[in-house]
Amino acid sequence: MARAIIIKTRRNKSRAGETEILALVNHPMETGRRKNKKTKKLIPAHYITKLNIELNGKLVASCNLGAAVSKRPLVGVSVAGAKSGDKVKVSWRDNKNESGSSTGAVK
Amino acid sequence: MNTMKRRTFLKGTVASGVIVVAAGAGLLRPTEVLASAYPKGAFGQKGVDATLKKLFGTTSVTKSSKIKFINPTIQAENSKVVPVTVTVGMKADSIAILVAKNPGAMGASVDLSGAATGYFRTKLKMGKTSDVYAVVKSGGKLYSNKIKIKVTVGGCGG
Repeated sequence: MARAIIIKTRRNKSRAGETEILALVNHPMETGRRKNKKTKKLIPAHYITKLNIELNGKLVASCNLGAAVSKRPLVGVSVAGAKSGDKVKVSWRDNKNESGSSTGAVK
Repeated sequence: MNTMKRRTFLKGTVASGVIVVAAGAGLLRPTEVLASAYPKGAFGQKGVDATLKKLFGTTSVTKSSKIKFINPTIQAENSKVVPVTVTVGMKADSIAILVAKNPGAMGASVDLSGAATGYFRTKLKMGKTSDVYAVVKSGGKLYSNKIKIKVTVGGCGG
């Protein structure tokens, strides 16, 4: 199932001269502790485990996420020396082995 | 009441047994090699120390003021979406964010490489008011800082 990924880049306000890469995946991030109110059954855990961010084909950040990360998880990292037009790739995999990826470019 | 106690006790023993086995496996493989592998064992551990032990293989952490939280949320309006942003004033190999009082303290971690700098931003769920730790691995050593985030609205978010 395809889940939308939003990739954004911008000047990092708190770190001069660096670019912040933000990735947002439209994913439910179920903890496995919530109950379905009608059936009273636990909703099975479903969350992203690994999210990788690449810049120009090189891995810059490998994020380990878990059930404690919010729904529609946002992950942000900062890179030095990124130029406009540099390619950004975000790929993720979850505990049910679903995966997805998307590409973007530095603004 | 008696049976309850016995149950909790049994649960406890089984759980600690599992930890010992997992720790043994961890010793066989240096954590360095697994740096980019998913640290499955670290998730679901109770408390900060147990989580750090699984994640980095040690609990010896130096407090550092070079680790800063940007625009920290002191009072979370929505306990299911608590933004946490960490910036580190030194070279960072990995950054982990832990919520001490969550059922599993491990929140998220990132292994940085290449052009990436010591900066990590994410949004976490929080069960209740708790200290949030940012633990940074830099040159083989661990540094940390913490912040207290209050959760009132939504409470334990059943």
